Amino acid sequence: MEFKTVVFYFLAAILVLAALRVITARNPVHAVLFLVLAFFNAGGIWMLLGAEFLAITLVMVYVGAVMVLFLFVVMMLDIDFARLRDGFWSYFPVGALIGVLLAFEMILVLGSTRFGFEAFPVADPAADFSNTRELGLVLYTEYVYPFELASLVLLVAMIGAVSLTLRKRRASKYVQPSAQVAVHREGRVELVKMAAEKDEPTAAEAAAATDNPASAPGATAKN
Amino acid sequence: MNFVVPETGQYLSPAAGEIFVALAVLVIMLATVFARRAARGLAYFLTQLTLLVTALITISTLDSNTHFTFSDMFVSDPLSGLLKLVVVFAVMVALLYGRGYLADRKLDRPEYYLLVLLMTLGMMVMITANHMLVLYVGLEMMSLALYVLIAFDRDSVRSTEAGMKYFVLGALASGLLLYGMSMVYGATGSLDLTIIANKTSAFAIDSPSTDRTVLLFGIVFIVAGIAFKFGVVPFHMWVPDVYQGAPTAVTLLIATAPKLAAFAMAVRLLVWGLPHLAFHWQSMLMFVAAASIILGNLAALVQHDLKRMLAYSGISHMGFVLLGLLSGFAHDGVVFNEPIYSHRWFSLAFSGALFYAISYVLMSLAAFGMIVLLSRAGFEAVRIDDFKGLNRRSPWFAAMMMFVMFSMAGIPFFVGFFAKFIVLQAVLEAGHLWLAVVAIVMSVIGAFYYLRIVKLMYFDEPVDASPLRAPAELRVMLSVNGLAVAVLGIAPQALLTLCEHAFRASSLYR
Repeated sequence: MEFKTVVFYFLAAILVLAALRVITARNPVHAVLFLVLAFFNAGGIWMLLGAEFLAITLVMVYVGAVMVLFLFVVMMLDIDFARLRDGFWSYFPVGALIGVLLAFEMILVLGSTRFGFEAFPVADPAADFSNTRELGLVLYTEYVYPFELASLVLLVAMIGAVSLTLRKRRASKYVQPSAQVAVHREGRVELVKMAAEKDEPTAAEAAAATDNPASAPGATAKN
Repeated sequence: MNFVVPETGQYLSPAAGEIFVALAVLVIMLATVFARRAARGLAYFLTQLTLLVTALITISTLDSNTHFTFSDMFVSDPLSGLLKLVVVFAVMVALLYGRGYLADRKLDRPEYYLLVLLMTLGMMVMITANHMLVLYVGLEMMSLALYVLIAFDRDSVRSTEAGMKYFVLGALASGLLLYGMSMVYGATGSLDLTIIANKTSAFAIDSPSTDRTVLLFGIVFIVAGIAFKFGVVPFHMWVPDVYQGAPTAVTLLIATAPKLAAFAMAVRLLVWGLPHLAFHWQSMLMFVAAASIILGNLAALVQHDLKRMLAYSGISHMGFVLLGLLSGFAHDGVVFNEPIYSHRWFSLAFSGALFYAISYVLMSLAAFGMIVLLSRAGFEAVRIDDFKGLNRRSPWFAAMMMFVMFSMAGIPFFVGFFAKFIVLQAVLEAGHLWLAVVAIVMSVIGAFYYLRIVKLMYFDEPVDASPLRAPAELRVMLSVNGLAVAVLGIAPQALLTLCEHAFRASSLYR
């Protein structure tokens, strides 16, 4: 057996085991760590195929950024994982059916003459072939238009996320002078005409009632 | 494979409009950060200015030739010029209508205008795309901005729910579309629509090959993605909820310009990219169009919320647009060669669909503009009953609303009548008698709910007798819009000639 084949089976075995542990691990933090391991091994397999740019991107982007974010989320959110697992067996038939369907479709696609392995022979590049360089050349020449547009799509996402979630926190309660000045009597007090239910009050009671006008504190002025 | 930075600028000049909008977005973003107090007004005026300049750039670069740039990914032809112009004007009018509405509800933050500009850019990219990847990127730019705009009233449960719904369903539709594109790529080996069109010409109608199967699967998914963006049956579920949940100023945006972008996407992908498989996508569109016209009209009958009613009516109108699109090629599966593109029939069907889409945008702008006109701070005139007795409150705007309703119902000598007439003529010439019968019968049934609004306005007592308090610019623009619906109905020839010219001159082959 060739050395490359040995390495492939070694990486693939760890990848499959790690992927299995992702869904079976009881502790969510362990599951995330196993996912990191799975990504790392997948990167190794890509490296074997000669796709070093993809491999490094996978490790940098997924292991370095996305998975760390996952870890943060898992640790910071208080999710009851026991409850999440509760419905496992009731969802199992549907999940299994979808899984079998997916596998069937993949076999169908890979087995067809159009997308089969023989339709895409493995390229045998020269030793100093750098696919990072080739990707870069295409990305900044032929594909420069969609590449620049993609950056604007990211800008949309950024503006959208900020405008939907950013709320100014009020550190201090303050009064807006302009709102205070703009207040009208009608905005604060509504005089309602009602039929008298009691007899006319005495003079002293009437004086006490006028000392207590129905005005709210200045900060709650209606705009 | 070198990216040539042109010295004379001639290679980038077809894309001048897109480049200008992209730069303006960045400038406005920074300007509003530093403007602080005046940011709201500044963002609005700069956005309108940008759109105006974009329209001028589009007009000045308009000619009857087809230009390609950015490695053939960008195409500028008369069709794209016309569509871009209408899109830009529709967005301008929608912004003008929505300004007071947004200010009343404290939604006129600068980000709103940035997102609208980016949405416009996305639509322009879709309109000028000659490459599936570019088309998809443009679609995502438009859709992402729309998701955020719908949920922009973040303290309203309805608004956020509508945004979430549209986001989840839209992501699914994007996935379907992308899957279809990948299959077409698998079968043809290219994402360039011109190359795809040339390569698929080899797939005659009964050549049994795996490539054809793969292509057909791809077309199914592409049609599904297009149908979702049009909002037609069976991918229409989001339309009423999103129209109702979004702030009316945003509904104005969703119901108008993106329909034209969806039209452009359908033309680029199906008519430009896959004309030789027309037989297959035609039969899919036939079902979609008939179902939309039937369901849209029947469901609109029972609505009490005007926004929902207009949403269902929009579904049926989009069915009509698809009727035009599917009538452009003969239905017996004959594969056409080059000369068909100058054929009168071809241009009648497609320019009819384009005419329908443009007149729908015009009517839709006016109808939602009326809702904005009747709304005020703390009150949304979305119930049909809010239009009761409008004639007593404002005879002029009651007449405008009547024009729009008559036009949508397809009553003669309004623009909607001619749109329906041309499309049905194309359908009959293509030989789909049953489709024309279904469309006419359902239009007659649909006339009921449009006429009900006219009846409420003229013959019922007003529920809410307060006078209209809308800014002058809204009143003027709405009057112009309503009169345009009437005038274009009397003299549709100019717009029709423009649509026909756009399709005749925009040839597929280089």
